[in-house]
Order: sequence, then C-alpha cells, then structure tokens
Amino acid sequence: MSFLTLENVTLRFGGLVAVNNVSFHVGKGEVFALVGPNGAGKSTLFNLISRFYDPAEGDIRFEDKSILKLRPDQVPSLGIARTFQNIELFEQSTVLQNLLVGRHRHAKVGGFAQTFFTPAVRKEEMEHRRIVEEIIDFLDLQPYRDKYIAGLPYGIRKVVEMARALATEPKLLLLDEPASGLSLEETQDMIFWIEDIKKHMGITVIMVEHDMNLVSAVSDRVLALADGKELAIGTPKEVQSHPEVIKAYLGSSGLDDKKEGAKK
Amino acid sequence: MRFVFKRSYNDDIKLFKHRTQMFWYLALLIFVVALPWLIDDFLIGEATNVLIWAIAGMGLMVLAGHTGQASLGHAAFMAIGCYANVIMLQRGVPFIIAFPLSGVIAGIAGTIIALPVLRLHGIYLAIATLAISILTDDIIVITAPWTGGVGGLAAPPFDIFGVDINRYGTPILFYFLTLVVTLLVLWAYRNILRSPLGRSFVAVRDSEISAQALGVNITKTKAISFGISCAIVGLAGALLGLFAGAFNNETFNLVLSIQLLLMIVIGGLGSIHGAFFGALVIGFLPQAIAITRDGISETFGLGTIIIPGIESGVFALILIGFILFEPRGIYGRWIKIRTYFELFPFYRKGMFKRQKTYLKTERMK
Repeated sequence: MSFLTLENVTLRFGGLVAVNNVSFHVGKGEVFALVGPNGAGKSTLFNLISRFYDPAEGDIRFEDKSILKLRPDQVPSLGIARTFQNIELFEQSTVLQNLLVGRHRHAKVGGFAQTFFTPAVRKEEMEHRRIVEEIIDFLDLQPYRDKYIAGLPYGIRKVVEMARALATEPKLLLLDEPASGLSLEETQDMIFWIEDIKKHMGITVIMVEHDMNLVSAVSDRVLALADGKELAIGTPKEVQSHPEVIKAYLGSSGLDDKKEGAKK
Repeated sequence: MRFVFKRSYNDDIKLFKHRTQMFWYLALLIFVVALPWLIDDFLIGEATNVLIWAIAGMGLMVLAGHTGQASLGHAAFMAIGCYANVIMLQRGVPFIIAFPLSGVIAGIAGTIIALPVLRLHGIYLAIATLAISILTDDIIVITAPWTGGVGGLAAPPFDIFGVDINRYGTPILFYFLTLVVTLLVLWAYRNILRSPLGRSFVAVRDSEISAQALGVNITKTKAISFGISCAIVGLAGALLGLFAGAFNNETFNLVLSIQLLLMIVIGGLGSIHGAFFGALVIGFLPQAIAITRDGISETFGLGTIIIPGIESGVFALILIGFILFEPRGIYGRWIKIRTYFELFPFYRKGMFKRQKTYLKTERMK
C-alpha cells in the first residue's frame, strides 16, 4: 500500500506549465523534502495536494484513494495538515485559540448544543484542550499560550503554525519552508522537532525547504525540481551531488565548457 | 497588575475570567434591573430602545465583527422578524411562540439568501446586501394583503402567560421583556464564541485559506453565521415593531441598515461590548442633539430652529472621527485606557500600533 502517490501530475497557469508531469510517492513514516530554485513548483505541489489547485492531468492518491474529488476543506479529515510559506495564522486570536481551530476536524457536538454550551460541549472542549496542551508542551509554546498572534515575533509564529497543523492530529504533515527566516538556534530546534514528529508521533512529513543543512539532517529522501520538472530523486547526498541539480542552482553559464576550452 | 492563577482548563472556558470581573458585571446587572426605580417612564422607553439596538448590534456583530462579512441589508431581516411576529400575533399565536419563531423565520430567510450572496467578497458583498435592503421596501408593498403595504401594520396587544405587556401601558414590563431577550442573546453569543463554531467564524474572518486547510467549510460557516446573525436581528426587529407600535414599508429602510453597520463600527468591531457601546451612542444621540439644540436656542434667544439633516450630519462626523482616530471603536479605546492603568507606568505608546502584516499567501482566487 502506498501512502501518498502523485502520478503524472501537470498543472498549467495559462501558458506557464507550473508542474510538468511530476510523479513520486512518499512512504509512511518518511521525511520527504522538496528542493529547487524559486518558481520550481514546490509550493504549487503542496497546493495541489491540499486541493487548492486542480491538476490539469494526473492523479493524486492518499492511502490508495484518489483525493481529486474532494474539496480543500475535506482534505484535513483524511489526516493531511499543512503550513504556509508566508504564515497564515489568525492574527486577532491567541495562540491557544489558533491551536483550538486546529481541532476543528475532531469537533463532534452540533451547533445547537454549542449555542447552549451543554455539558457535552464542555467535556469536548476539555478534551481538545488536553491535546492542544500536549502540543504546546512538545513545542515549548507555554510562554505564548495566551498571547495574541499579532504581537508575536516571526520565529514563534512559524512554530505556532506548525503546532496548529499538529493539533489536527495528522498522518501526513506538509511543511512549507519551516526554517525560512529562523535563526540558527531556532533552525536547530526545528531539526529536533521534525525528527520527533517522525519518530515519536509517527507522522509522515513532506517539506519544502531551502536550508540544505536542515534538509540533509532530517530527510530520508529528496526530490529536486526546477521549472516544474523533476530533476532528481534520492537521498540528500545523491541529490546534492547530482549534476542536473547543481546546474539548476548555479545556472548553466557555460563556465564548465569554458574551463574545458581553456585546458585545451 | 492582576495575575490570574488558572488551575483547570475550565478556567479558560467559564464566562468570567476572575472574581473582580464577575463582580463588576453583576453590579451592572443589578443596575439595569434596578433602573425602572431610578428613572422615569420616558427614560425607561429610551433604555428599552437602546437595548433593542444592542440586540440588533449583536446580531450584525456575529456576521460583520466575527465572521468578517459586511452587510448593508440587515434592516431587511429586522423587517422579516417584525412582520412575522406581528402577523402571527394577529392570527392568535401566543407571543411566547410567535416571538422565537419570528427569529427562526428571519434566520432561515437569511441562510437561504446567504448561500448565493456570500460567494461575493468585500465591496461586492456590501452591494449585494444593499440590494436586499432596497428590495425589502418593494416586497413589503407588493405583499400588502399580509403586510398592510404602505398603510403598515399596528402591533396588537399581547401577553405572556396572562400578563399584558404594552409599550405605553406597562413600559417597565416591556423593558424587562427586552432585558431578558438581551441577556439570552448575550448568553448564546458568548457560548458560540467559546465553542468550535465561534472559532471557525473568526478563522474565516482572519484567513479563509488556512481555515480551509484546517477543515473549515467556508461556505457552510458563512451561511451559518449569516443565519444566526439574521435570527438575532429578526428578534430585534420583532421587539422594535412592538416598541414602535406601528410600522410600514419605510420603517425598515436602507438608512436603518446603514445605522446598524455604523453602530457596530463606532462601538468597536469584533467584540460584544462594541454592540452595546454603539447602541448607547445611537440610542441617545438624537436626544443629545435635541437637548443641545434647545440649549443653544435658549441661550442665544433664537427660538426653535430646526436644521434639516443635523442628526445624520453629527452622526457622520462622529463616524469619520472614529475611522480616523480610533478604528477599533469605543471598546478599542476602552481597552487602551484599561491597559494603560493595568501596566502603569510601563505602558508604551506603540503598544496597540497595527503592525504591517507579513505578505499573505497569494489568494488562490
């Protein structure tokens, strides 16, 4: 059984081919990284998996079921959670309230009961809170629990967004640039957390990341993309030393050719 | 500075954060209950009016303040609540059934209208709801056999378990009726805000995209919010009809819709307090203007001059003032003052400055 499979997925924006015939699969319990220069289609792949975009061709399957018929808001109920590159938190709410929204897919009591705040609602709220507190403990967010997002520094917001995704109790976590804008120390924390998420929570992680230290520290496999096309797939080492990948990052300025010419 | 020591998760769920807060709200409750013995019948009428405005304000606050969807059509749902209530009363339905039912009818009407209308965003949504407001006038005239059209309807006398309640005969009973409805709505509103439904409203307001990514169905959430909002506004409309005694197609015109929206902006968007502060302003402003005008006339011996449109003028000035100097309304200003004293002497001027938000994820629409 495959966990997540993308099969010949293509997405076009007008004349631009954002994702060009990309296929890969991610195994359960894996940390899978997407790398590539800006505009390679990494975040677009995330948006395809979370159904914000419809692929023109191809199929996306999660636990052997195609997810292409689902609306974006039905994807989390499968156990897929994500973060955003530019942080999409609810700014006028506290950290705690943000994380509790993450529990939305587990809410069972009806709106009528909520209006009267019946004992069942209270009981469920306590249960949500207990799980949210576990995540707050895990990510060391205790000092910020009752702080409003609007007043928090960027690094903390990144962690809060990851915490909110974890609050949905996902099977698959999509992290869009978890370490961008973080200090060295914060990135180090992030490495520990991602490892713990994989080992102790058993959550599969797919991440988009530019920081190659983080990528090589935590990921089992890496997919390199450029201009919407797959370049290479394999262990971090293999991908980093792949000639196509080096070319995509450094550009094919013809420097190598010139060198060779000079030698001659 | 106060530090609230929390011992249980329940401490974050309960309605009052700490003893002092509970004390002040209880004091306020005792004050409003004792009000009829403190002021005369005319002022009790004014207080009732303010409470009705506050209910309507809470109704619109659910939608505009907490779900982030502006509506210029809420007078229409006040009309639906008002007419539904009176038509049922005229046909002999007891008030205790007719009144809640009128809210339900307004809520259902709101949900049905919301489904197509709420696909629009921002200014387009405002225009669409504006159209609803304008249409209401015509619909009331067209359905004259039920609504009395231009001639209007008169609110019939009604009773609750045999106790006759009349705006003019028993203003104090009418005041208490309005107060009970206000408290019930307030309680339900608070309950919604502290449960998953309220959080999904705020989520839709602050970031539709991440609300969706967490499993919140945007269309459904907006429709529920619109429905609840219209139901509350419908109840306010029903009370307004009984309070006014008589009403016709022009009672629930566009100006009422705009006043509702301005009220919650002045009071402070996104807080229940805002609805009450706004209601106080809008309820007492006409009186304040009249008293000032008479005062000026007397002082300068000018006789009574009536300047047309002065009420709208003053109202507009206040609104412009708020948008320029205090976009968070009266409640926002109160929070600042409170924080100043709570943190004294460590309050900084920039504390409530709105931060430039980081680049938002490109809207996928």
